[in-house]
Amino acid sequence: MINLQSPFVQGSTSVSNIMFIVMLALIPGLIIYMYFFGIGILLNIILASITAIIAEYFILKIRKIPTKVFLTDNTALVTAWLLALSIPSIAPWWITVIGTLFAIIIAKHFYGGIGSNIFNPAMIGYAILLISFPAIMTKWQNPSYLYDANIAFSVFMHGIDNYDGIASATPLDYVKTELLQNKNILPILNEPLARLTQMQWVGFGFLLGGIFLLFTKIITWHLPVIYLLTLFTISSLFHLIDPSQFAPFQFHLLNGGTMLAAFFIITDPVSGPTTPKGKIFFAFLIALLVYLIRVFGGYPEGIAFAVIFANICVPLIDNLTQPKVFGHD
Amino acid sequence: MKLFDKVFKFNGGIRAETKKNISTAQPIRKIPLPKKIVLPLRQHIGKLAKLKVDIGDEVLKGQLIAEADGNVSAAIHASTSGKITAIEKRLIPHPSGLPDFCIEISPDGKDQWIEKKAIPWKKIGLDKVNELLLESGIVGLGGAAFPTHLKLNNSKKAGALNTLIVNAAECEPYITCDDMLMREKTHELIQGIKLVHEILNVKESVIGIEDNKTDAINFIQHAIKKEKNISLQIVPTIYPSGDAKRLIYLLKGIKIPKGRRSSDYGIQMFNVATILAIYRFIEFGEPSISRIVTITGNLKSPRNYELLFGTPLKEIIDDAGGQIIKNDTFIMGGPMMGFKLPSIDVPVTKAMNCIISSEPAMIEEKKPVLPCIRCARCAEACPVELQPQELFWFSKSKQLEKAEEYNLFDCIECGCCSYVCPSNIPLVQYYRFAKSEIIEERHEYEQANIARERNEFRLQRLEREKLERAERNALRRAQSSSEEKTKLIDEKRKAIADAMQRIEKEDDKND
Repeated sequence: MINLQSPFVQGSTSVSNIMFIVMLALIPGLIIYMYFFGIGILLNIILASITAIIAEYFILKIRKIPTKVFLTDNTALVTAWLLALSIPSIAPWWITVIGTLFAIIIAKHFYGGIGSNIFNPAMIGYAILLISFPAIMTKWQNPSYLYDANIAFSVFMHGIDNYDGIASATPLDYVKTELLQNKNILPILNEPLARLTQMQWVGFGFLLGGIFLLFTKIITWHLPVIYLLTLFTISSLFHLIDPSQFAPFQFHLLNGGTMLAAFFIITDPVSGPTTPKGKIFFAFLIALLVYLIRVFGGYPEGIAFAVIFANICVPLIDNLTQPKVFGHD
Repeated sequence: MKLFDKVFKFNGGIRAETKKNISTAQPIRKIPLPKKIVLPLRQHIGKLAKLKVDIGDEVLKGQLIAEADGNVSAAIHASTSGKITAIEKRLIPHPSGLPDFCIEISPDGKDQWIEKKAIPWKKIGLDKVNELLLESGIVGLGGAAFPTHLKLNNSKKAGALNTLIVNAAECEPYITCDDMLMREKTHELIQGIKLVHEILNVKESVIGIEDNKTDAINFIQHAIKKEKNISLQIVPTIYPSGDAKRLIYLLKGIKIPKGRRSSDYGIQMFNVATILAIYRFIEFGEPSISRIVTITGNLKSPRNYELLFGTPLKEIIDDAGGQIIKNDTFIMGGPMMGFKLPSIDVPVTKAMNCIISSEPAMIEEKKPVLPCIRCARCAEACPVELQPQELFWFSKSKQLEKAEEYNLFDCIECGCCSYVCPSNIPLVQYYRFAKSEIIEERHEYEQANIARERNEFRLQRLEREKLERAERNALRRAQSSSEEKTKLIDEKRKAIADAMQRIEKEDDKND
């Protein structure tokens, strides 16, 4: 478009470099992930990226949208990375492919493509996989299992059936199952399976990346801070009421996808609210739902469902939280 | 020197490259009298000025050649002495690109002033000063060109003023005419501020200036050392700090909503150049005939010029060495809110604060426009605290009532949202479109109302006329029928009488 009207100057931020910075910010978490768990996760990310780009290309063609501009906006890659990081690293290749296709084709393009998807595409992809293939989606890699590149490739191609002991429950899952047998939580939390510090280090990596995103002003403080603060407050409150039943806050903040969600998933601008107050409410709602699903619901981890539910509320949240215009009462 | 005084930061704004040092390296320059002076009759907001001269008239410098037509208008004065050689429509520097009425003066070269009379403002009072200001032709020289007497009238209606704010922020990139004025005419400016301060009878005067104008700041700080009631307040360089309501908030912490005037809050604001124009008029009797214009951008020797109104812009561009990269595209005003000139064959006018010779990047094909990703960077940048992404959505889908409900008309079109948009959406253009659609719609609605009323009136009139005609006819018929009857009866009677006579005559004969 030829520029006919003011302004005649423009800042340098573009969608593709915002998305690129988001991917950069995922790298510390990814490196730590690979350090503890091998290259499985990298294979998933590469496959998800390729699938996403191909799917995006064909659907853009079908929708008669200029492919070059929209392929280089990097949004499909971000979706692919976030989905791959949410899937267990020992999931076979077709899980990643199905999830990515679902995220890109259905959750993103069936709703109108970039800017129009009302749900977070990565979370839709994840939820579909969790519901369709619960056995695979709840088996996470046992960090103490010797895991070289050959095994990683084999698992990637054929699944984990040939390798006994490769999978273990996540701390969230383990504690949940143990609690179902009416045990006291305190001894459970001291079990090695409840204290998988490797996964917590990965979370720390995402926290670092998130802080980077805050500093580069890619995201504002509202969503991550309110989300973590709410989760902290609720878990502390329950723990205070009954320490024998409810885990302390560090358990909830450090395990599962808490950090990835706080800085990378709930911060998806398209499917989230736009007003500052709306962001606060949105983050609060997700944290509340995550806790409720983790502690009282049927799934060990509740981020995907919490995000999808909160996405539904976004138009209402935006509508009710319009800020005051300059000089208005 | 402390970096900032206490300021009230408004929401958002942008820190664009200021590009101001392009045009500040050299002093303000005057050019020799041009061969022709072309003065548009509308250089201000409001009605066309009323012509007071005819072709062939000799005029003196500063002579009134067109007077303000009513209150919402401004007078035009000859900017040099000479002969009126044409009065016709010419191209003027206006975004529409349409020609408008202009007076052409062929200068006689003498540049001879009319008799100048200082205004004895202390004797005659503010009302009379204001009446005289109507004849001064002074308008806001910050670019808006709002008639100054009108601004004062408004504040008189509002009641007592307590603060004069001098707008020296000059926040748009590239523009430096106010900066250079403050550097080179510091003393005169301070005199002007003192004068306006006294005329308005305010308690304090505050000069609001952006921190990037360090020379001007130093000069002014030095010049106001002994002034008790005049202060200089430095504000951060964030566009649009020079917008009147944003500057008032920065300095005073008062948020003035759309539709209210600063005078309702006891504040009057003038741009530095306007202050100087008022000073020259009251102290020396000189009407508004010249201004400082920044000629900058893609030029061989960009700088500021002090120019008579009516000077052909083309001569100045040539004087500045012409374009480095030829693209024949020029922007009047700043890059954020200015407009593309239809041509440079236009005269210098009161509203012309800056001419930017387009840098290639300003007119190149822009980066591709992507859909809105709702990142709300625009909302973070909006100095009016609007939600530009919502306004965009409503404007694009033509949900105009919704756009109005979300305060579309509070938008000042500063362009911050477009500047920050990572999807390169020309947001301001959408708002301009939506505003004009709403105004158009309202106009059409009014027109339709008028037409309907007219039609109803016409139908009523037709009905009434029909009734009247029917009555008249009935009456006439009634009247005419009785007349005819009597006529018939008369005729019959006459016939009978004639017959009787005849019979009698025959009888007489027979007898």
